Amino acid sequence: MNAMDLLLAGLLLGAALCLWRARAGPTPADRAVCVDILGILMVGFCAVLSARTGRDLYLAVGLSWALLSFVGSLALAKHLEGRRFDD
Amino acid sequence: MTDPSGPREIAAFALMAAGVGFDLLGCVGLVRLPDVYNRLQAGTKCVTLGTFLLLLGVILLSGLDAMGWKALLCLAFLSVTSPTAAHAIARAAHRSGVPLAPGSVLDRYAEDGEGREGPEPAGGPSGDAGEGRP
Repeated sequence: MNAMDLLLAGLLLGAALCLWRARAGPTPADRAVCVDILGILMVGFCAVLSARTGRDLYLAVGLSWALLSFVGSLALAKHLEGRRFDD
Repeated sequence: MTDPSGPREIAAFALMAAGVGFDLLGCVGLVRLPDVYNRLQAGTKCVTLGTFLLLLGVILLSGLDAMGWKALLCLAFLSVTSPTAAHAIARAAHRSGVPLAPGSVLDRYAEDGEGREGPEPAGGPSGDAGEGRP
């Protein structure tokens, strides 16, 4: 068993906790927070996966995931605030 | 990479293990804390620090080749985008009327009138009077 697999399992456990809060969150803002934090967690997951396999493809995935998660969080924040996207 | 053998691999693995520990602490805080603002605090700070440590471990492990440069770029993007997204979500949660936890003692943003509902009577959920736009 590789030592990096423990790190991957820990990150998956964190993602499961985050998804539990996204399911149980009482307000929509909780769910927006969970989507944002799940995006950052998945960037770390892609980094560990890239170090585990030695291929830099996964870091490119993480890079684009970071940018798309940022845009998604901003769009969710605008929507929660009750404003339109071009406002 | 197989099991860590050299000193550089051991240091990189220690950084990455600390990063995963911070990530887990942030997610436990996300589950355990009482309201949105506390959860945003715990989640964003801990998870961002943990992911920074993970990316630093990758940089230390691989040097500045294609993987290291991508990790460095990812770190630079995250250090800009993560606080911005957290700030936007916190402001949106406060403006959409999410209440604070029952033990909260201070709400400076509401005391400032949220930058929007001051003396002018115009309101509405989509009014942008706080922007000062003509």
